[in-house]
Amino acid sequence: MNDPNKNKLVYSTPKKWDYKLSDLLAVNGIRFITGLLLLIMMFVLGKIFIEGSGSLSWSFLTEFPTNNMTEGGIGPAIFGTVTVLVLMILMAVPIGVCAAIFINEYAGNTLWTRIILLSVNNLAGVPSIVFGLFGLGFFILFIGQKLDEVLQTGLLFGQPAMLWASATLAVLVLPTIIVSTTEALKSVPFSQRAAAYGMGATKWQTIRDIVLPQARPGILTGIILAISRGAGETAPVLFLGCAFFLPDLPIGYINMGLFSIPMINPTEQFMYLSYHIFILATQSTNPMLTKPIQYSTTLVLIILIVALNLTAVIFRYKFRRIIDEIRGVSS
Amino acid sequence: MKEVKVKVQNLNVFFNYVQALNNVSIELYTNKITSIVGPSGCGKTTFLRTINRMNDLILGFRKTGEVILDGVEIYDHNIDVVNLRRLVGMVFQNSNLFPKTVFENITFGPKLHGIKDKEKLGEIVENVCTRAAIWNEVKDRLNDNALSFSAGQQQRMCIARVLAVEPDVILLDEPASALDPSSTAKIEDLILDLKENYTVIIVTHNMQQAARISDYTAFFYLGQLVEYEKTTKIFTNPTNKQTEDYITGRFG
Repeated sequence: MNDPNKNKLVYSTPKKWDYKLSDLLAVNGIRFITGLLLLIMMFVLGKIFIEGSGSLSWSFLTEFPTNNMTEGGIGPAIFGTVTVLVLMILMAVPIGVCAAIFINEYAGNTLWTRIILLSVNNLAGVPSIVFGLFGLGFFILFIGQKLDEVLQTGLLFGQPAMLWASATLAVLVLPTIIVSTTEALKSVPFSQRAAAYGMGATKWQTIRDIVLPQARPGILTGIILAISRGAGETAPVLFLGCAFFLPDLPIGYINMGLFSIPMINPTEQFMYLSYHIFILATQSTNPMLTKPIQYSTTLVLIILIVALNLTAVIFRYKFRRIIDEIRGVSS
Repeated sequence: MKEVKVKVQNLNVFFNYVQALNNVSIELYTNKITSIVGPSGCGKTTFLRTINRMNDLILGFRKTGEVILDGVEIYDHNIDVVNLRRLVGMVFQNSNLFPKTVFENITFGPKLHGIKDKEKLGEIVENVCTRAAIWNEVKDRLNDNALSFSAGQQQRMCIARVLAVEPDVILLDEPASALDPSSTAKIEDLILDLKENYTVIIVTHNMQQAARISDYTAFFYLGQLVEYEKTTKIFTNPTNKQTEDYITGRFG
């Protein structure tokens, strides 16, 4: 009855040293591994930044490589990358977004839609080299050659070119776009659709005026992630018209009387940033001499991808805010 | 002078294999307020959503029996659902305004149905907002985001938005259940005003509310219509024992 601890709250757990030790080990182990990971990342990025920023300049970004790649810039590789990615987006976004709208809004939750979604998700896991071979076989050897036969264009489409590289990359990023669009559409609350239907909107009017505008930031996030994925790929473009070195930009001139208008020619070959890094490091006559350029090219590619991903993060934040706003009021 | 607006006969509603409404027959009268009461899960909302075919959107919905609006069976295959939902407007339990401006929210319906003239749209906004007793609060803020208003204001905007598509019948699904007493009072006044031009059907959990505003009251229990009478009768002298127990608060 006179136990002084009787009415006190006892905070300490029963003396179990092994329990405390495992706790300690777990927490510090996780800390250590996280720190190690950050350290490695910082080392890699830091080295690239330090070594690469030296030769980074405006002329480096715009000039052609000269003197067996040991001097000059990476202008055509940046030009090629941007052009291919723009063409890729032009092909992938309409197909991907329409497919997602169909799957999510029209097809319903049937066995077929589940099989389609499963295939889409599997497509995301296929190694990119397989996409490259697919592009070579399907786009160039099948579609391209058939086009040449039908249009009597000799050998115009049936060879590796920008057009087919973008088409292949478009197939590669389709899963990213479809999945993120589907998620964005799903997260628009049913009450919003109900409101539109309740006022006599048709299904398409509801999708066009209510669902798509609210899902737009989410869809844009997917598109930007798709671009950064496409920018980082090397294997698919390898088969599809990515050139070691080109003396000219892939630009054709359309003659209209006195004027000749420069246009990007999608049937030409191109240079690509990620592939350029590969050839600088392994295929050039003197890899040691190209080292500063390798680092700078890598830095440019990394900055490009980080910038794109940051944009995606901002869009996602905006998207969350819109959805939270609706939910916050209606729940 | 009771004119039947909506006539429901032997209505059974199923969701997959669960029966939500069991042999409901009821006549709802023009320019009257009918309130539908009953414990949660008794099929009140399902009944409401059957009248503007909102249930069609739910997978596994099936029904037998007839729902007749102005002498026309609304589940006939040649009925335009879109047009039906325009004639039978619905206000939901939680305000579901779009994340757009007040003006865009209220003109959403009229725009869908082809009104593009900016001046005309402005007139509609002023007109319906006045009728929904919200004009004084929104007239200087028409270009503000509708979601920045208070919950009570938002719910009145929802009603204004429904009025803008010029319906005949207005379905209200617990429109005041998420609101404070003063906002509720405003909504109730507004509903009483609506009676003159519209047929109003309101689902409510609030017995006093049903007693205050409605002309007729229907009591649903376990998917069945137990009693349907004049509100004064049902609240003073109900025929059915279950109704009496429910409205006096002994169960439910």
